[in-house]
Amino acid sequence: MTFAVSIDRLEKRFGALLALGGVSFDIAEGEFFGLLGPNGAGKTTLISCLAGLCRADSGRLAVLGHDVVRDYRSARRLLGVVPQELVFDPFFSVRETLRIQSGYFGIRDNDDWIDEILANLDLTGKADTNMRRLSGGMKRRVLVAQALVHRPPVIVLDEPTAGVDVELRQALWQFIRRLNRSGHTVILTTHYLEEAEALCGRIAMLKQGRIVALDSTSNLLAAFAGQTLRVRLAPGQELPPALRVRGGYSDGTWTFQLASLGEIEPLLAELRLAGSRIDDLRLTQADLEDVFLSMMHGAGTAGARS
Amino acid sequence: MVGFRTLLYKEVLRFWKVSFQTIAAPVLTALLYLMIFSHVLEEHVQVHGVAYTAFLIPGLVMMSALQNAFANSSSSLIQSKVTGSVVFVLLPPISYAEFFLAYVVAAVLRGLMVAAGVLLVTVWFARPGLAAPLWILCFMVLGGGIMGGLGMIAGIWADKFDQLAGFQNFLIMPLTMLSGVFYSIHSLPSFWQQVSHFNPVFYMIDGFRYGFFGVSDVAPETSLAVVAGCFVVVSAATLLLLRSGYKLRT
Repeated sequence: MTFAVSIDRLEKRFGALLALGGVSFDIAEGEFFGLLGPNGAGKTTLISCLAGLCRADSGRLAVLGHDVVRDYRSARRLLGVVPQELVFDPFFSVRETLRIQSGYFGIRDNDDWIDEILANLDLTGKADTNMRRLSGGMKRRVLVAQALVHRPPVIVLDEPTAGVDVELRQALWQFIRRLNRSGHTVILTTHYLEEAEALCGRIAMLKQGRIVALDSTSNLLAAFAGQTLRVRLAPGQELPPALRVRGGYSDGTWTFQLASLGEIEPLLAELRLAGSRIDDLRLTQADLEDVFLSMMHGAGTAGARS
Repeated sequence: MVGFRTLLYKEVLRFWKVSFQTIAAPVLTALLYLMIFSHVLEEHVQVHGVAYTAFLIPGLVMMSALQNAFANSSSSLIQSKVTGSVVFVLLPPISYAEFFLAYVVAAVLRGLMVAAGVLLVTVWFARPGLAAPLWILCFMVLGGGIMGGLGMIAGIWADKFDQLAGFQNFLIMPLTMLSGVFYSIHSLPSFWQQVSHFNPVFYMIDGFRYGFFGVSDVAPETSLAVVAGCFVVVSAATLLLLRSGYKLRT
């Protein structure tokens, strides 16, 4: 089977700093894949190695079976990258920028597709405006358009919604989702975990250049299954000793991890028996943020599965 | 080929869109040099039996072309590096040889346009003749190519604009100004004549001038050999640098 992206024992150092310490995983065609991790975890380095902006010290990377070093022309033709930095060439208009970018990929007379991308990204009215005169959000959309001029089957978005307002973020996601549904493989790095949770079918978490979790989003959430009950007692109230050992306390609130909803009733019954008065009671489901925080502060590779 | 052609087109469009700075300004500078030096020296100096103003014109044309060829590739690279837009040319499937050719050809073209401009505004002051036009073109293209390549090396090496300015002010400017643009090196004391023979730009200017007057300080074949040799060395160095990914693909 040919993977959209396959990464094999990828290592990269910058001087003494280990940016990537032997990362291996594959991404299947048509996946919506999330790459998460704190700043400096190695996400952008990994994407840069994939795009040929950065040279790996060892290990192999391939896009749809084409090695990114030995067969770089094919690999780069199959890959569309939206860089993290808001960069633009100040000499050109939006249309000129997209025509030039098409030419770099060996495509001439690409105006029909360019018009379609412009329409999809709501940029038609700005086609002849100089890049310098666009707002930040519009420049971001042009970056997305530039990554798509050559109709790449694999699209990488490196934190595309950083500093983007809610409306544009929603519009961008709708567009990217459509691309994914029409068969494009999408790889996304983001700091917005709710975004990754909503969009990505599978997620890899990176920490200090290593994979600490790799699984479907639903499995990752299920591993943290269950509910969290948060209880705030009335001032002066004490928790019965039997419950103290089960819960965690911070900021005046007790939290209890429950495997199922059935555990709520006995817990509340114990509180009632002890005569503890409750000020506030909240039940929440584990979200990706809980998973992420536990992975980043937790035991490291415990959750890694492929 | 489409990739190369597009990159070349982009590089030409880049300087053409700001041609007031990139072509008109150096033409004006050369015109000022000509007016001042010919005013002071026309009555007093003859070189190779040629009136000073006529002698000066080819030197100014070549000097302006060389400086602008260097400026073109170096400023384009440093600008796109500093703004980050260099990723747009690093992400596509463009080979390092295509990359090299596009930047160098664009640099040569800017050199040619500036040269044409300088010639156009200066021939009204004196006619330098046209003894061997093919030599003129040959030295212009090779000289522009060398400077385009050096500009790429400087643009890749420099991380900041002031580093590039240092390269330009302390290497390119002295080499071009002290290359015999304003004088025949035979008028120099013998020590400085010897020194001039180690300056490759001297051969570019001297060979270029031969194309106009049919006379020169050294044999034009010697100049051509030196200039062609420099072109090969600079091009090979630039290509090696690009292939290694130095500072572009970290």
